[in-house]
Amino acid sequence: MSSAIKNFNKYKYLLMELTKKNIKLKYRRSYLGILWTLLEPILTTIVLTIVFINFRGKSDHTFPIYILTGRLLYSFFSHATKQAMKSIRSNSGMIKKVYVPKYIYPLSNILSSYVIFAISLLVLLGAMFIFKVYPTKYILYSFIPLTLIFILSLGFGMILATLAVFFRDMEYLWDVTLMLIMYTAAIFYDAAKIKDQWVFYCNPIYHIIVNFRNCIYGHPIDMLALKISMAYSFAALIIGIILFYRKQDKFILYI
Amino acid sequence: MGKEVVKVENVSMKFNLMENKVDNLKEYVIKLIKNELRYQEFWALKDISFTVNKGDRLGILGLNGAGKSTLLKIIAGVLKATEGKVTVKGKIAPLLELGAGFDPQYTGAENIYLYGAVLGYPKDFIREKYDEIVEFSELGEFIHVPVKNYSSGMKARLGFAIATIVEPDILILDEVLSVGDAKFRKKSEKRIMDMFDKGATVLFVSHTIEQVMAICNRAIILDNGSLVACGPAEEVCKIYEEKFIERESGVMKPRKEKDGKAKKKKKKKTVNVEISDEIGIDPEKKISKDNDKKSDEVYIIAENKSDVLSEFMTENASENTENKSEGIAETVPNSISDNITNNISDNN
Repeated sequence: MSSAIKNFNKYKYLLMELTKKNIKLKYRRSYLGILWTLLEPILTTIVLTIVFINFRGKSDHTFPIYILTGRLLYSFFSHATKQAMKSIRSNSGMIKKVYVPKYIYPLSNILSSYVIFAISLLVLLGAMFIFKVYPTKYILYSFIPLTLIFILSLGFGMILATLAVFFRDMEYLWDVTLMLIMYTAAIFYDAAKIKDQWVFYCNPIYHIIVNFRNCIYGHPIDMLALKISMAYSFAALIIGIILFYRKQDKFILYI
Repeated sequence: MGKEVVKVENVSMKFNLMENKVDNLKEYVIKLIKNELRYQEFWALKDISFTVNKGDRLGILGLNGAGKSTLLKIIAGVLKATEGKVTVKGKIAPLLELGAGFDPQYTGAENIYLYGAVLGYPKDFIREKYDEIVEFSELGEFIHVPVKNYSSGMKARLGFAIATIVEPDILILDEVLSVGDAKFRKKSEKRIMDMFDKGATVLFVSHTIEQVMAICNRAIILDNGSLVACGPAEEVCKIYEEKFIERESGVMKPRKEKDGKAKKKKKKKTVNVEISDEIGIDPEKKISKDNDKKSDEVYIIAENKSDVLSEFMTENASENTENKSEGIAETVPNSISDNITNNISDNN
């Protein structure tokens, strides 16, 4: 354990460099650059609001906030896990030639997605003032769902990264799964109106979204949702770490 | 002196060469059900043990596919041995393939920091040495150009400059003493010699006995994954000369070197190489087996070898017309084959 920490310290700088690289290269050669981090959620929220406001029946002036909270968390989860999944293969050149602790690759991808996600939270902040959803003391608890979504993404990222090395199909399968997760996460509809509540228990990010909304709308944290989301997050992380460590020595033979 | 810095104990490395590579789920499940998942075991290294003391300069000799690079990769920590243990004390500078950690979209300057981080250097250290690296690589203004626009020589120069900026305890050299043009080669040789003088421990892979004799004080020979000889450089080189070079004499001897050169050039430029290396293992293995059986029929073996080689060349050719002609060139007089190899490297 102590040697693992020592090793981590040695490669902390590499982790930072790789994270920086991912962020830098993401927007290189685009005219608006990092501004897209803000523009993208604004535009998708506008689209989703226009499309789904009709389904909602009675008009709700905070509906864009409802969408934005779910949408931001989901898009971080989706982006981070996809990136982490591909991280081993896209860094194969490096892995084959130099020794670097391999978890650095998925971790740096999750971190860079997280930084972009953190920036995009500014949009939510702006929208809260526009739609008069003023923050209460409960917003301070938002660090709980925000930490959980990070742990969850890291866990899933490591599981997927391992699987994707051995089976390329994982990349396509995960795209489909992500779509399923999106539609069952109550991002643009009200979960209470759905008859089959079990669907939401199967969704790893739904309960994180619930608690994040509670923090934003000024409600206390839902304890049941917290327990479920913690169970999902830590289970994913533990499985991810074990799987990754068991298989990492074989990566090089398959990439 | 006398202190062990690299200790290799009973190291074996097994590769599973799958008969046809399965990397998607459908195929895997189908083959699993049909019970067709066959692996062909291949031991790239068999029970290797040796130690390197501080300040030693160890030459590693062996034919292509003997397991030299695998051994170095295990020592560098890139590969993990199937069995056995490797202990390394001190900072390693692996000059395995220069510039392997570069990101093509990054500029040279950004890559200095990135590659430095990959090699585990602290940030302040890289910042301190930044100017020195740029100066040594002779890139000048090009340092702010994305690396994807570099020539292979520029890439190798930058890679060399970054990798050798530390004073490593252990230096791993895998035929990298021929980087860039003559001028830069001289410079890079000087830098490596300086490291020798400072008492760095060196692991050195080469095909040329002269180089090993000049640089190393100890040497080992790998053949087919086994350690054949281990001892003072001169004696081991003599054994290598007697046992291995003569085996290859006849048609192959003048060809061999050029072959190596042509392949190396390809290595830097085309993606195909990775594949060719993997496939390369098999023919090589067959050959050496043949060699063991009929060690007196030198000429037949040489012919066999060239057949296999040309086959493997055409298999991997990106534009196979050129490479086919190389297959023919095996028996053509030197001057012509020379021209052809030149053509090929130009085309690539």
